[in-house]
Amino acid sequence: MIELKNVSIVFNQGTVNENQALSNIDLKVKEGDFITIIGSNGAGKSTLFNTIAGTILPSDGTILVNDKVVTRDPEYKRAKYIGRIFQNPTLGTASNMSLEDNMMITYKKGFKWLKRSLNARMREFFRGELVQLRMGLEHRMKENLVMFSGGQRQALTLLMMVLSKPALILLDEHTAALDPKNAEIVLELTDKFIKESRLTSMMITHNMSHAIEFGNRLLMMDKGEIIFDIEGDAKKALTVEKLIEKFHELRHKSFENDRTLLSDD
Amino acid sequence: MIESILVEGLIYGIMVLGVFISFRVLDFPDLTVDGSFPLGAALMVQCLLTGMNGWLALLIAFAGGVAAGVVTAVIHNQLRVPNLLAGILTMTMLYSVNIRIMGDRANVPILKHETLLTQVTEKLTGIIPDDYILLVFFLLVALTVKVLLDIFFRTDLGMTLGAMGNNEQMVISQGVNPKTLKTIGVGLSNGLVAISGAFAAQYLGFADVGLGQGIIVSGLASVMIGEFLVLKSNRIGVLTFCALAGSVCFYAVMYVGRYYGYMIHMTPSDLNLIKGILIIILLVMTKFKKFKKVAFKSVVAK
Repeated sequence: MIELKNVSIVFNQGTVNENQALSNIDLKVKEGDFITIIGSNGAGKSTLFNTIAGTILPSDGTILVNDKVVTRDPEYKRAKYIGRIFQNPTLGTASNMSLEDNMMITYKKGFKWLKRSLNARMREFFRGELVQLRMGLEHRMKENLVMFSGGQRQALTLLMMVLSKPALILLDEHTAALDPKNAEIVLELTDKFIKESRLTSMMITHNMSHAIEFGNRLLMMDKGEIIFDIEGDAKKALTVEKLIEKFHELRHKSFENDRTLLSDD
Repeated sequence: MIESILVEGLIYGIMVLGVFISFRVLDFPDLTVDGSFPLGAALMVQCLLTGMNGWLALLIAFAGGVAAGVVTAVIHNQLRVPNLLAGILTMTMLYSVNIRIMGDRANVPILKHETLLTQVTEKLTGIIPDDYILLVFFLLVALTVKVLLDIFFRTDLGMTLGAMGNNEQMVISQGVNPKTLKTIGVGLSNGLVAISGAFAAQYLGFADVGLGQGIIVSGLASVMIGEFLVLKSNRIGVLTFCALAGSVCFYAVMYVGRYYGYMIHMTPSDLNLIKGILIIILLVMTKFKKFKKVAFKSVVAK
């Protein structure tokens, strides 16, 4: 599906501030994978997503999607098959537009022409899909999104992304800015949608138990490298303690430090 | 008097709709307007003087405005120049271009020549009272532009333009190049401004290179007055109506200032100062209005 070959990212190359954000990443994401990614701040998790999405172009290496090289494709071109949700719930939706307009805009990817697609049939379809969120949003389709809470907006962004049927979805700590209750709801919805539509997905999380609970594969990152990659039954057998031990074993860092580094909340 | 106030407000109202698109829908503060307004006037007058059909001349003026907007958008997109500076660059260059279009003159009169307005007046004489012919005509023109814009902003492309003004990342995530959208939006905006300039030239009886001076401030003031007068809404039809209504109000105030200002020892050159102060007052009042709403809400919550 998607493949990174020897990808490196260096910020401020050749200056005193030179920063190797990713070093020689090799990663193959298979169709139907649900990968969770953990790592401390500055480990390169978001940079990895930015590289896959095309927000930043790699300093070195190749990115392949279905065996086609996309290394130099700009973000908007890759967005046609990649769906992405950010930590900030306002980034996925337009605040000063109504709910139905937002859904119409995100329903189909690619350039929009002078067609008027939002009609009674589309509204009915959107209403039906909104019911799944169980937030009562189906009765508020004419309201501007600025009136909605962060949790509602993030759930909506998730639904809109699923409806656009992306080949790969990137979830960048998408529940981190929400209160615990809403985070729980959005996470449950995420799992439900991914399972139902069998979406290939990658999810960054700061919560180790979530990383273990969800998905079929787990990546641990540190200092721009993937230091641990585990999947299938071996992943199922993981516990938070084992994960911390593993990190210690791999990086030879003190245990006390690891807890703060990986922050299991 | 009242009909000339309304006519003025409606002619400039088309320009205000253009400013509304760039400033409010796209969130792209575009200063090209100061140059594309006289560009529309110059193109219209020169085309009419060659004996061209009035509507064709108007189309050329529109195309000229679109081209000016596209230049600004390209400077901004390709050279990564901030949008304000890109607009100022185009505006400055247009000064020279406009003088060239007008045959190396700063002012071209068209008083005794046939224009769209004389044609319309001829056709409607006897049907509508003479004083109201132009008012009816411009009411039709302004409403046509408004309705076309309303339809445009309900299409998929129009809605995506609105989304870009709200949240550029969202548009990128939809696989749309925001640069293309900005080019379309700023082009359309300046096309409307040029049409407004073309009508203004015919109404005033001349094209002048200084016609656009400070027009962006007038446009912005009109947009803000419109927003201040009418309740906030997310319906594009209401928003474009606000822009037109704001324009009529603003130009009414300016008209009164021009003709009756002498009573308080005001000269026409004071008007720019008044415009600026008006915008500042509106900004302060909008802030106050928001503050009041918040205060009200918190009281209710208690």
